[in-house]
Amino acid sequence: MAVQTLPIPGKIDARRSRGAALLEWLHGWVVTVDHKKLGVLYIVYAIFFLLVAGAEAMAMRVQLAIPLNHFLSPELYNEFFTMHGTTMVFLVGMTIIFGFGNYLVPLMIGARDMAFPRLNAFSFWMSAFGGLFLYFSFIGGFGLYGMGSAPDVTWWAYAPLTAKAFSPGHNTDYWALSLIVMGFGTLGAAINTLATAFSMRCRGMTLLRMPLFVWLMVVTSGLTLITITPLTAAQVMLIIDRYLGGHFFDTQAGGSATVWMHFFWIFGHPEVYVLILPAFGIASEVIPVFSRKAIFGYPAMVAASVGIAFVSLSVWAHHMFTIGMTSVSNAFFALSTMMVGIPTGIKIFNWVATMWGGKIRFATPMLFCTAFLFQFLCAGLTGIMLAAAPWNWQLHNSYFVIAHFHYTLTGSFVFCMFAGIYYWYPKVIGRKLSETLGKWHFWLFFIGFHMTFDTMHFVGILGMPRSIYTYQADRGWNTLNMIISIGGLIQAVAILILAWNLIDSYRHGSIAGNDPWDAWTLEWSTPSPPPPYNFATDPVVRSRRPLWDIKHPNDPDWKYER
Amino acid sequence: MSSIPIFADESWHLPSRGRVAMCSLIIGESAIFTIFVVAYVYYIGRSAYGPTPQILDVPWFNTVCLLSSSISIMFAERAIERGRIRTFGAWWVLTMLLGIVFLSGTAIEWKRLIYTDGLSIRTNLFGTTFYSLVGLHATHVVVGLLMLSLVMIFTLLGRVEQRHAERVQVLSLYWHFVDAVWVVVFTVVYLVGR
Amino acid sequence: MQPRHFSPPTRPSVFVLALACMGVMPSVAQDALTTPSILAPASTPAKEIYGLSLFVLLITGAIFVVVGGLLAFVIIRFRARKSDAEHEPAQIYGSVRVELAWTVIPVLIVVVLFLTTARIIFAIQDAPEPESALDVTVVGHQFWWEFRYPKLNIVTANELHVPVSSSADPEPTYLRLLSADVDHSFWVPQLGGKTDLIPNHPNEMWIDPHKPGLYRGQCAQFCGIEHALMLIRVYADTPQQFDAWVKNQQRPAADDAAVAAGRQVFVSEACASCHTIVGTSAHGTFGPDLTHLMSRATIAAGAATNTPENLRAWIENPNTFKPGALMPAMQLTKKQTDQVVAYLTTLH
Repeated sequence: MAVQTLPIPGKIDARRSRGAALLEWLHGWVVTVDHKKLGVLYIVYAIFFLLVAGAEAMAMRVQLAIPLNHFLSPELYNEFFTMHGTTMVFLVGMTIIFGFGNYLVPLMIGARDMAFPRLNAFSFWMSAFGGLFLYFSFIGGFGLYGMGSAPDVTWWAYAPLTAKAFSPGHNTDYWALSLIVMGFGTLGAAINTLATAFSMRCRGMTLLRMPLFVWLMVVTSGLTLITITPLTAAQVMLIIDRYLGGHFFDTQAGGSATVWMHFFWIFGHPEVYVLILPAFGIASEVIPVFSRKAIFGYPAMVAASVGIAFVSLSVWAHHMFTIGMTSVSNAFFALSTMMVGIPTGIKIFNWVATMWGGKIRFATPMLFCTAFLFQFLCAGLTGIMLAAAPWNWQLHNSYFVIAHFHYTLTGSFVFCMFAGIYYWYPKVIGRKLSETLGKWHFWLFFIGFHMTFDTMHFVGILGMPRSIYTYQADRGWNTLNMIISIGGLIQAVAILILAWNLIDSYRHGSIAGNDPWDAWTLEWSTPSPPPPYNFATDPVVRSRRPLWDIKHPNDPDWKYER
Repeated sequence: MSSIPIFADESWHLPSRGRVAMCSLIIGESAIFTIFVVAYVYYIGRSAYGPTPQILDVPWFNTVCLLSSSISIMFAERAIERGRIRTFGAWWVLTMLLGIVFLSGTAIEWKRLIYTDGLSIRTNLFGTTFYSLVGLHATHVVVGLLMLSLVMIFTLLGRVEQRHAERVQVLSLYWHFVDAVWVVVFTVVYLVGR
Repeated sequence: MQPRHFSPPTRPSVFVLALACMGVMPSVAQDALTTPSILAPASTPAKEIYGLSLFVLLITGAIFVVVGGLLAFVIIRFRARKSDAEHEPAQIYGSVRVELAWTVIPVLIVVVLFLTTARIIFAIQDAPEPESALDVTVVGHQFWWEFRYPKLNIVTANELHVPVSSSADPEPTYLRLLSADVDHSFWVPQLGGKTDLIPNHPNEMWIDPHKPGLYRGQCAQFCGIEHALMLIRVYADTPQQFDAWVKNQQRPAADDAAVAAGRQVFVSEACASCHTIVGTSAHGTFGPDLTHLMSRATIAAGAATNTPENLRAWIENPNTFKPGALMPAMQLTKKQTDQVVAYLTTLH
C-alpha cells in the first residue's frame, strides 16, 4: 500500500515559549501528588517562614537591645513575639518535619509513594493555606497603617485574655482559625505517614529493620494524632465562647481559666516532642554514617522513642507550677517531668556510643549533629532544673525558660534540621551544598546561638520576665540584653549564608551521584534526584542497612543484628 | 538489589492501608471527644444559674436506633463480603434510615430544650458544654451519613461490587466509632451527669 | 509547724538600707535599687528555693561534666585521620550491660532529685499560717496592683509595705491573690517564687523578708498590652517604720483648704468614677486608691516616678508613659489640671 503523507494543519512550534514552559512547571508543582515534590514544597515553605519569623525575632531584639526603647510600639511588639512563636512552632516546625518525612519515608522503606498521595497534597495545601491566613492578619483589620490584627496574646493564648471582653478585635480569631485549618493538614500528614510505614514497606523490611528516621516519624505521627487534636478542640471551644456566647473559659459565668491552661498544655507539651523526635531521627541517620558505625543499641533507641512519646503525655502541668495546684499535683508533675529525661538521656548516650570507636568525618552535617549533642545535653539539664517545681516558681515565665526552650528548639531541633538539609540536599537536587559555605554557616550560627542563648539564662536568673516589650534601665539587665541582641544578628548572617548556599549550589554544587556520603539506607540506592517512581524494581532487604550488606557481602549486617 | 537473597518461604503480609488510616483517624477523633467530655464532666454542677441537666429526657429510642444501625451495618458488611449486593444495599439503607431517625430525634430534643426550657449554648455552663459535646457527635453522624449516602448512590448506579468489600468495611469502622462515642456521650450526659 | 530554714552560705547581698526616718516617705534617692536576682534571696521561700537550686545545679553540673567530657573526648580521639586505611571500624551493635547501667544510674539520680524537690514543695506550699502573720489581699488589674489589708482597714496600690520577719519574731505576710480581669503573676524574685493571680481561682503565697529594704519585681504573666509596665515595689519595714506607715495609711485623706478647688474638680469630673479618696465622695474602684498617693515613690505601677510634672503628664495623657493603659486622657482644661495636681500632691 502506498504511504500517504498528509499535511498537518496549522503550525507546530517545537519550541514552547518561556512563559508557557514556566506556567507548565508551576502547574506541575501545584497539582503534584508526588511525595518528593510535596516534601520539597513543605521544606521550602518552612525555610521561607523561618526567615520571616527570624526577622520578627530580630525586630524584637532591636527593641530589647536597650532599655525603654521606642523601636516597636507595645502593640507591635506583642504581635511580633506572638507571631514569632506561633510561626516557628507551626509554620516552620510542623511543616519541616513532615517535609522531611514525606520525602524520605517512602524512599527509606522501598515504596513508590506515600499510602495516600492525594491526601498528601491536601494536607500540604491545608497547612499552607492556614499559615498564609495567619499572616493575612497583619494586613487584615486596621491594615498596614495601623498595627494590623495579628495575634497578640502570646502563642499559648491564655483565657480570659482571649475572651471577647479583653480581646475585642480579630487578633485571637486569626490565631484560632488559622491553627484549626493547619491542624487538619497536620492530621492528614500524620495519618498518611502511619499508613505508609505500616502498609507499604518493601519485602523483608520488618518494623525492626526500618531506619530509625522512619521509626521516629511513626512515633511522631502517632503522638501527633493525640496532640494536635486537643488544641483543635480547645480552639473550637474558644471560638464558641467568642462568637456563640459560650462560657467554657468565661470566669464571670463560672467557667475556668485553668481549664484552658490544662487543655492547651496537654497539646503544648507533647507538641515539643512531636517537633524534637524527627530531629532525633535525623541525628540517628547522620551520626552513624559520619562515624562509620552502625547505631549503638537500635532496639533501645526504638523503645526510648516510644517511651518518650508516652511519658510526654503525662508532664503537661509543669508549665503550670505557679497557678496554685496542690502540693501533691506539683510533686507528681515534677516527678513525671524528671522521668521523661531518662529515655531522652539514654538516646544521648547511644549516640555518643555510636561515635565511640568510629572514624568520625566532620562534614557539615556532622558538625551540626555534634553541636546538637552538646546543646541537647544542656537543654535537658536546664529542663531538669525547671522540673524542680520550687525552682520553677522562680524561673517560670522568665528569660531562663526562653533560653531553655531555644536550646531545645534552636540548638537541637534547628541544628538537626540543618544537618538534614546538608545531608539530603544532594539526594533531592543532585548536587552537594558547598562545604565552605556550610562551615561558615555552622560556625557563625554556633557562635551567635551561644552568645544569645547562654546569656539569656543569666538575664532570667536576674529576674527578667518574658513577654515584655521593654524593661527598666536600673535592673541590671542592660548589657546582657545588648549581648543577646548582637548574638541574634550573628545568627541572622549565618542564615543568610545558608540561604545563599541553597540557591547557589542548585547550579554550581558538585554533582552528587547516588551516594555521596557512602551511606547505608535505601534512599541512597536511587539516582539523585530519584525518578518519580523511586525504585526501578521493588527492593528486598534483609537487615537494617541494606547498602552495607551490598558493599560488604562478606560481612553483612544480618549476620550480627539481634 | 539482586544480590540480596530472596527467601521464598518468607510470606510478606502488611496491614491494609485503609484500615491503618481509619484507625489513626479514629484515635485522633477520640482525643477531640475526650477533651469535650472532660470539659463537660468538669463543669457538671458548676452552672451558677439557668437550667440544670434535670430537664433532660433520656433519649432511649434514639440510642436504640443508633446502636441498631451498628448491627445493620455489620449485616451489610457480611452481605457484600459474600457478593450479595442487593442484600447489602438493603442493610445499608436501613443503617442510613436509623441514622436519620437519630438525627431527627436530636433535632426534636433540641427544639424543646431551646424553645420550651430556654436552654441555649449561651445560657450557662451546662448549655455550652451540652450543645458542644452532643453537637460535635451529631456533626460526626452527619459526616458519616454523607459518606454512607455516597456509597448508596454508587450502589444504586450499580458500581459497587464484591471487591469493594474492604473499603466498605473501612467506612463502617468509622460508623462503629460514631456509635461507640455515642455510648460514652449518652452515659456521661444522660446517666451520670443528671 | 514552722517551715524548716534552709541556710546554705548565702552570698553577701550588696544593697543600701532604705533610710525612712520618720517612716512616712521612703526617699527615692536612697532606695535600695538592686537587681531582682533569684541568687540574692531575702526571705524564707526564696532561700529554700535557692538552696534547692544549688543542689540541683550540683547534680546537673556533674552530669554535664561527665557526659560533656565524654563527648569532647570522643570528638577528639575518634576523629578520622588521613592516615586511616580505607576500611570501616569495628561495628558494635549494642551492649546490654552498658545500656542497663546507663538506664539505672539516671533512674537513681531522678529518685534523689525528686525526693529533695518534693520536700521543698511541701515545706513552702503547706507551711501553716502562724497567728502573727499579716494578711494582705492582692487584686491584679490591667495594669496595676491593688493591695488590701483587711484587718488594718487599708487599701493601697502598687507599693506593698510589709514588716520584716525573723526566726525569733516571725511575722510573715500571707498574700491572698485574686484577679479583677485576666491572669497576672506576682513575682518579686528576692522574696519568693511567683504565684499567679487567676480570676475565679484564689491563690495564696507567703513571704517573710529578713532585712529591711526595697525589693522589686513585676507581673510575670502576660496580661495585655502594658504587661511590661506592671511593676511591683515591696518595702520591708522595721517595726517602727511599719507602724508609722500603717498609722498614716489609716488616716483619711489630707483636707487642705488651699487646694479645695482641686478636690472639687476631682470629685465632680470623671476622676471619682474610677478612683477612691477616703474622706471625699470619690468611691471608684476601677483604678488605684489615691488616698495616700504621695506616700508612693512611683505612679502608673512603676512606669514613672511620682513627681508633680509626671502626675500632670499622666493626667493629660496616660499614653505618655504607658500606651494602652486603661485610664483615658482626662480632657481637663489647663487650669483644672493645675488644680488637680496641686490637690493630689497634698495627699501624703
